[in-house]
Amino acid sequence: MSQKQEEENPAEETGEEKQDTQEKGILPERAEEAKLKAKYPSLGQKPGGSDFLMKRLQKGQKYFDSGDYNMAKAKMKNKQLPSAGPDKNLVTGDHIPTPQDLPQRKSSLVTSKLAG
Amino acid sequence: MFPKFSLRSMFYGAGGGNDIQWCFSQVKGAIDDDVAEADIISTVEFNHSGELLATGDKGGRVVIFQQEQENKIQSHSRGEYNVYSTFQSHEPEFDYLKSLEIEEKINKIRWLPQKNAAQFLLSTNDKTIKLWKISERDKRPEGYNLKEEDGRYRDPTTVTTLRVPVFRPMDLMVEASPRRIFANAHTYHINSISINSDYETYLSADDLRINLWHLEITDRSFNIVDIKPANMEELTEVITAAEFHPNSCNTFVYSSSKGTIRLCDMRASALCDRHSKLFEEPEDPSNRSFFSEIISSISDVKFSHSGRYMMTRDYLSVKIWDLNMENRPVETYQVHEYLRSKLCSLYENDCIFDKFECCWNGSDSVVMTGSYNNFFRMFDRNTKRDITLEASRENNKPRTVLKPRKVCASGKRKKDEISVDSLDFNKKILHTAWHPKENIIAVATTNNLYIFQDKVN
Repeated sequence: MSQKQEEENPAEETGEEKQDTQEKGILPERAEEAKLKAKYPSLGQKPGGSDFLMKRLQKGQKYFDSGDYNMAKAKMKNKQLPSAGPDKNLVTGDHIPTPQDLPQRKSSLVTSKLAG
Repeated sequence: MFPKFSLRSMFYGAGGGNDIQWCFSQVKGAIDDDVAEADIISTVEFNHSGELLATGDKGGRVVIFQQEQENKIQSHSRGEYNVYSTFQSHEPEFDYLKSLEIEEKINKIRWLPQKNAAQFLLSTNDKTIKLWKISERDKRPEGYNLKEEDGRYRDPTTVTTLRVPVFRPMDLMVEASPRRIFANAHTYHINSISINSDYETYLSADDLRINLWHLEITDRSFNIVDIKPANMEELTEVITAAEFHPNSCNTFVYSSSKGTIRLCDMRASALCDRHSKLFEEPEDPSNRSFFSEIISSISDVKFSHSGRYMMTRDYLSVKIWDLNMENRPVETYQVHEYLRSKLCSLYENDCIFDKFECCWNGSDSVVMTGSYNNFFRMFDRNTKRDITLEASRENNKPRTVLKPRKVCASGKRKKDEISVDSLDFNKKILHTAWHPKENIIAVATTNNLYIFQDKVN
């Protein structure tokens, strides 16, 4: 329902945006929303929808699968596995994580500085 | 001549309850700006008497501070808090089956009321809750027959007399030991634990489920709320916080990412999926924006000590609800309304998802919550006045009264005001705690713990 409304209004949005910035005191949120949509036009209509929540529920997942890893190694005997790239902490998508890519799990054996 | 009362309010602006003058008392933690991730404070909690103050951090460590007994002669201020005990509560784990790293970060600490000489607290990370016993040892047995003082066994042929070991005083040793480990009951990440007023059971809540435990039983727990849809694609909201009522052992509430609070009565049924009360403020649909749902997500819910009210914290405000009225809050306080015109950038840098907590003072007359730039806010429910203070090492001298701070939303910035664009969004105060009986507050910045108290004399 609301989605249809959004689709009908894209042309009006720029006009609305101008009006919104003038009325910023009344609708600051709408002005901010317009800014966001201008930057990221492909942003979904439902921010609180399931994609967003699913991401929240999956916090902490590291997709290292030894089966995938070994299959990939077997297939690409001579080629190198694509590496994680500069940001070693971000292991997503088509890249198959290697044990080296996973950040070291640290154990805090040091006393907290609050107690120091 | 102005009477002293109003002169003070002129200088110190809005007061927090009977014109409290807040003074710096102590600060704990490292001074350097380079913060190790493990040192990030993730929870702060006073015990029921206020004598002990516990903190948990991202490194899974708990530090407990104890208030010094007041020096009756020199009563400039109340006792200082010094380190009492520190221990590693949780360690990082890896769930091999799901390829999931389990953070050791302590999400919540809750104290049990004291029943004997030892102190007990519950601490939890994303998956496992632990009951810790903190006990003191100030005597030890000396004069064994068969052992030397260093523990080595004596040559039996040299033992010619019998003596009875006696207890002799020793330097105080505070020991923490895990007494119960409540594990494997949560598929999703635990956000809350709350001890029931029966002091025998407690609840733990994750994003989709709430479980009821008995403190003595670790191998099973009862599921009392389950909002997981049959088809995960239909998921529209998650549980963000939960708490037991302070007096009614059958009542608890849980808040959601959509800004609603549900009150449940465990007497109604075993599974409390159907709420007894639903607290929701109606929204003007014309005001709805992309951000509406995100900023309405409740990050904390706390009952008043009286049990008559509850307070919720969403991104921009604090709301007080009367349990007898579901259709709207009785009071709403704006924490940092000036951020409404910055929501786009706050969404981009993820700050819009920051989870601020809130707390009541002992008499339920003042509420407190944190903000950015190491500012924190207090709202006096009686006088309707509010104050903004800053936790900073610049106000370091004990008994210096803190100067109220003011953020300039737009237009001409007055002297001593700070403009919204100058706020440091990396300096967030998410966790604050108020002593249950006195005007002593604990405020956690990223890696430091500040203790403030009201001016005595």
